[in-house]
Amino acid sequence: MPGYGYELRCRECGKSWGNQPRSVCDDCFSPLEVFYDYDAIRGTFTRQQIAARAPNMWRYAELLPLPENYSPTLPIGFTPLLNAPRLGERLGTKNLFLKNDAVGLPTLSFKDRVVAVALAQARNFGFDTVACSSTGNLANAVAAQAARNGFHAWIFIPADLEPAKIVGTQVFGANLVRIAGSYDQVNRLCSQIADERNWGFVNVNLRPYYAEGSKTVGFEIAEQLGWRLPDNIVVPMAGGSLITKIKKAFGELIELGLVEPKPVRFFGAQATGCSPISTAIKAGNSEIEPQKPSTVARSLAIGNPADGHYAIKTISQTGGWAEDVSDSELVESIQLLAETEGVFTETAGGVTVGTADKLYRQGRIHPDETTVLCITGNGLKTTDVLTGKYETEVPIPPKIAEFDRYLESRLGVGEKDVPATVEV
Amino acid sequence: MNITVQIPTALRRHTSGIERITCTAANLGELFSALDQQFPDLRPHLRDDAGQIRRFLNIYVNEEDIRFLGGNTYAFQDGDEVLLVPSIAGGLA
Repeated sequence: MPGYGYELRCRECGKSWGNQPRSVCDDCFSPLEVFYDYDAIRGTFTRQQIAARAPNMWRYAELLPLPENYSPTLPIGFTPLLNAPRLGERLGTKNLFLKNDAVGLPTLSFKDRVVAVALAQARNFGFDTVACSSTGNLANAVAAQAARNGFHAWIFIPADLEPAKIVGTQVFGANLVRIAGSYDQVNRLCSQIADERNWGFVNVNLRPYYAEGSKTVGFEIAEQLGWRLPDNIVVPMAGGSLITKIKKAFGELIELGLVEPKPVRFFGAQATGCSPISTAIKAGNSEIEPQKPSTVARSLAIGNPADGHYAIKTISQTGGWAEDVSDSELVESIQLLAETEGVFTETAGGVTVGTADKLYRQGRIHPDETTVLCITGNGLKTTDVLTGKYETEVPIPPKIAEFDRYLESRLGVGEKDVPATVEV
Repeated sequence: MNITVQIPTALRRHTSGIERITCTAANLGELFSALDQQFPDLRPHLRDDAGQIRRFLNIYVNEEDIRFLGGNTYAFQDGDEVLLVPSIAGGLA
């Protein structure tokens, strides 16, 4: 791996492809993966050295495929790992944590991490235009970071995306192309476009590099737990990449001696209306059957998940499981997380919380064990799913007597329960 | 009855640069036989040693994944456009 410390290799046949914008092995059509020279950083990449660096994802640069002397333009990552006692009480556990990428910068989802790595390589490979197919969060992340780094951006989305995710792409000056079709159709079209144009498609020809950015979720969880691994982790699954990359991250930390080796069980979360991976897990299949998505969890609505095969392997090899929740269950879970922990997540986060609830009730996650839920996106982007959940209050006149009357009617109780008037 | 098959860039080195072919295959099995005959070098890239379609190769007919149309049992219609597209994955497990 001359000069880089990493290179692309075929996952299936092992052929080396060096470093170039390419995601598929021409010989066997299998996906390419970034391989590192761990021996080169073993012993020099230490906990102390990492702790001395700025609190963002670039502190793990040695385990990211970055160009030499790369200088980041945004402090991405290092989102809070929150303990969740009040949600834990509702789920019946005292050892629950939330990895809260709902507050990730700059666009409030974990996709900012992957795009940051992809654009570092886009510049390295000489692209002036970057592009993606997206269910929304990736669109926002590519558009914002393209603006920040001076790239032209072309963003391809299914036409029925949430309005906030559409405006949250256009505002950055990106070229937004709405496709009358599902995400899977958008994705297939982008594979064809990438075949013909010299653009840096973050999730097509830059995908091996892009996907490595997801590992930083895993690195941070381990560091924030005091350099130890959790017993269980619950991860939402769309294309299925994130769950495999967190596993890779934990494995790398063990490989480099940064954490004690420990088995971690990986649990996948999907919406029932788009559940090709959880369906395969429950049926004991090693391959997915594609589905036509029908769910409000649009960020997870990928019926033919590219990494489905590897997600299934990750889950089954670690003794985990996958579950899925209905649209009404996921919306209730958004509300539950907000009411118990003050974290407002989007539909994918509702899927994760709802799935965790099921896994505890099924006894698949032991309440005494340390469990982390990955909250990957922000609720302000999908407020439409809460339409009708809350009443629009009738305004009252700005008078204290009116408020007292209002409080009485609102609480539906007598004066004795209303806080007493204070004499001054 | 004729169908057309679009060859992606990655595979054109095995088709002497040909981007598009027409053939009269009635189903997927016949299509692969036709491709085998015309481009013997292409075979190992489309199917594994056991003869199964490679896991990461997606086949579309008129923009629809052939698995939704019945896969191997789908009977091609006159004018069908077949796309061979690699599935873009990058996971490690």
